[in-house]
Amino acid sequence: MVNTAENTQVRALRRSPAAHLWEDFTRGSVEGSHGVALHEVPFQTMVGIRVDPLSEAGVRIAAVTGGLPVRCGEVAAGPDGVSVLWLSPDEFLAVAPDDGGRADLVEALTAALGADAGQVVDLSSNRTTLELSGPSAREVLEKSCAADLHPRAFAAGTAITTEVGKIPVLLWKSGPDTFRLFPRASFADYLGRWLLDGMREFAAAGNPAWH
Amino acid sequence: MLLFSCPNCGPRNETEFHYGGQAHVAYPEHPEELSDREWAEYLFYRENPKGLFAERWVHSAGCRKWFNMVRDTVSYDIKAVYRMGEAPPVELAAAAATQAATNHNAPEGAKP
Repeated sequence: MVNTAENTQVRALRRSPAAHLWEDFTRGSVEGSHGVALHEVPFQTMVGIRVDPLSEAGVRIAAVTGGLPVRCGEVAAGPDGVSVLWLSPDEFLAVAPDDGGRADLVEALTAALGADAGQVVDLSSNRTTLELSGPSAREVLEKSCAADLHPRAFAAGTAITTEVGKIPVLLWKSGPDTFRLFPRASFADYLGRWLLDGMREFAAAGNPAWH
Repeated sequence: MLLFSCPNCGPRNETEFHYGGQAHVAYPEHPEELSDREWAEYLFYRENPKGLFAERWVHSAGCRKWFNMVRDTVSYDIKAVYRMGEAPPVELAAAAATQAATNHNAPEGAKP
């Protein structure tokens, strides 16, 4: 997509799927040793890639992203803040921040695929990103996610496709106490409220009036 | 709650998967030569064993790939998980065949 004047104006008009919950996220976040915070990371660039990683096109695409993950859970970190998540043996999701990421990521990947078998699709508005962080973040997630989230099975830097509160999400543990959830845009409201509900007990436990 | 071992993703909750019916039902070599009865049996008649059963499953909330699984329909014990296009483990295939010998398709007098 060419960055014309119209496109620049459109950028200013964008509204993220959970923007109406930002105030609630701030209110619901809890500080302290049992704290947990929630916020949205809006407008990340996401590119769906389907390619056989061993094919020539796969090698060319890996050169753009700085490698493709080999097995379930792996995340390949490349230059310019681009990370590639493993979705299936021949399906990957490249994620880059809205600002400071690589502006021509989609074009570069499309060019790398060329006419070979596979696909490169800009999925930036397909999903949004909710970031759950803090010492109690894992406990909040474990209430409604059946995957094993213990650090011995789910270390920082791994990402899996699973369900949280019956919502299909990509779950990426981006730091020791930080989880990034990628729900589809239409589920952002539900999942945001669902997580806020799971966080309430920690606010109550930290409140001296609770006992 | 059952844990299924997806060949790509490892052990996951049963709710992430969907069932695809009996495995290893091959498309007929020459479908145009089949009688109506044979065609109907290919389309609609499936084993319903009490015991070992080879079935297809898809990891729909994960890698979205299909795989085969041998499951005991009585105990829900998962005996084997293997990829599409692979044959079931030999000893399980033999056990399933013994069972199948006691099962029957449409009765002889059934109308096509």
